[in-house]
Amino acid sequence: MTRVGLIGAGKMGISHCAILGANPRLSVAAVCDSTTYLTSALRKHTGIPTFKDYRKMIDEAQLDCVFVATPTSTHFDAARYALERKLHVFVEKPLCLDPAQSKDLAELARSERRANQVGYHNRFIGTFREARRLVQAGALGEVYHVGGSAFGQVVTRPKTGLTWRSRKAEGGGCLHDYASHVVDLMNFVMGPPEQVLAAQLLSIHSKDVEDAVYAQFRYPSGAVGQLETNWSDETYRKMSTTLVVTGPKGKIIVDRQELRIHLRPGAELEGYAAGWTIRYITDLQAPVAFYLRGEEYSAQIDAFVEAVERGTAEHENSFASAYQTDLVIDIIQKAGRRGS
Amino acid sequence: MDRILFGDNQFFGVNHMSEEKARAQAMKFRDTRSIMRVLDAAYDEGIKVFMCTTHDRVGEVADIVRAHPKRYPDFEFYPCMPYAHKYANSVGEVGILETLRRFAPGGVVETIVKGAVSALTQDLVRLMELLVDAEMKRFRGARTPIVFVQNVVTDLVLGLKLDHVLASFAAHVRERYAAEAGFITMNLPLLVDRLERVGITNPIVCANINKIGFRMSGGVDAYRELLRSRRCRAIAMSVLASGAIPPREAIEWVCGLEGVHSIVFGASSQENIRQTKALIESAWDLRSAPGLRRSAAE
Repeated sequence: MTRVGLIGAGKMGISHCAILGANPRLSVAAVCDSTTYLTSALRKHTGIPTFKDYRKMIDEAQLDCVFVATPTSTHFDAARYALERKLHVFVEKPLCLDPAQSKDLAELARSERRANQVGYHNRFIGTFREARRLVQAGALGEVYHVGGSAFGQVVTRPKTGLTWRSRKAEGGGCLHDYASHVVDLMNFVMGPPEQVLAAQLLSIHSKDVEDAVYAQFRYPSGAVGQLETNWSDETYRKMSTTLVVTGPKGKIIVDRQELRIHLRPGAELEGYAAGWTIRYITDLQAPVAFYLRGEEYSAQIDAFVEAVERGTAEHENSFASAYQTDLVIDIIQKAGRRGS
Repeated sequence: MDRILFGDNQFFGVNHMSEEKARAQAMKFRDTRSIMRVLDAAYDEGIKVFMCTTHDRVGEVADIVRAHPKRYPDFEFYPCMPYAHKYANSVGEVGILETLRRFAPGGVVETIVKGAVSALTQDLVRLMELLVDAEMKRFRGARTPIVFVQNVVTDLVLGLKLDHVLASFAAHVRERYAAEAGFITMNLPLLVDRLERVGITNPIVCANINKIGFRMSGGVDAYRELLRSRRCRAIAMSVLASGAIPPREAIEWVCGLEGVHSIVFGASSQENIRQTKALIESAWDLRSAPGLRRSAAE
């Protein structure tokens, strides 16, 4: 039985806690949060031991791994402390605010041979995985353009900083919260860009953070990437993430529900004729043992647990891959601040 | 419980297959009048139950139904709570505590924050009751014989092993609204096991039940076994797996399963409602003469 400790019992922490709790191979052995109303409620109702200080939890609770779901600014200290004590570590996205710290963690995890994963759950969605497979198999030819977008309604009115998500210093804002997913997904399909050509960060309602991010990338191949994210868009019921990838032989439009691909005559491949082919999540997603909010949340935890059990540092969504995403986020942040 | 229920995903931009279709539907049903036209069509086809999330717009539907008792003498709501995105977006925006302040009236949050640990069991249940009461306000005076917990909450509670909250929910809707509790889930076999452990036997449950096993956690065989055991009164949803299975094939498969009590489906036009209802009735009518079928097979 793998013993898991949870650091941070907010929105994502509680969601992870439920998925972990439903997995018969795991035991949620301890939960840590600085907010006592949450920890005392959890302790009272679930019997799980709770802590205020993650160091004390890691030292005392005899854990195999931890899930870090605190504000981004605290990820580095918590993850390093856990890795130094030989624990496997799962961290919510993005990994760190400073890419140098992400790099340190990636190197530490590799040298300690500990599983190290970041919660970019889109990589576990069947439609996006199939899009990546098709692009990498050359189905579209040499890709010349990729558009990545995410829209949703998180911040829809002016307000002061009630949570860390509206405070830049802690990792709040549309860039770290929303755009990070899209950057990571674009990296997943295309590999990292070599240059951020332009970036704009717009505040619509927020004071301390941006609510929309627009940026343009260039890839080593010469391809151009375009990023568009807005978390103040009320025309979307919930977060909606889309990639559009175009090459000389065809085009893919993909979101979490469907993959639409158009191929030129002569560019057919197995399962995909010339013209449009549409495949749905119903046919591209493997089932999970326990479902909460989406298969991908369970699938990413299954992948992490498997890496923990195998004792490997090499797997999907490693710190090294999240470091590449943090690098791009950092350049967008700096370019956007200059207003370039 | 009725056998054929009308769902509401199509009204609120929910489509598990296509975000584009979802947005097109959200535009089509941008006002309550356009929703009422479809509900009227379903009602006139003989579907008396509207199984609906507690979206603000549904409150307006309830106002209309209440105001026209002669037009809607048998209209029933099966409210499904909460409308989760309302809470999820709010938690992202203002945090857990402020969200509870926003949606739970009257100081209970302060009680929890300040409250003694010994009082917390009571408080969590009290908090749930206040949130339920806030959601039920819009249905006052309408018929709500069954009140459901949405799957995101049911399954969250299962994962956190807070099963007693589900039992408290059932007790609250029984006492306060003279209603039966229903539970929507993506993890049906697990749910029924756990409900039995907190004393809820033969529960009303609603889950994806479809030929391709889409979002049937535990697998089609476990579902089939559970349904056959008659340990729950099951409503099948996502029967067409959002369009992945042709309607006739999808409905005949589900209607052929032993132990499915009801089907909930959504549609946007009278023609679609009529066709789907006819398919279900015809499939279940076939099943009502098992002797004939057996002898024909022999």
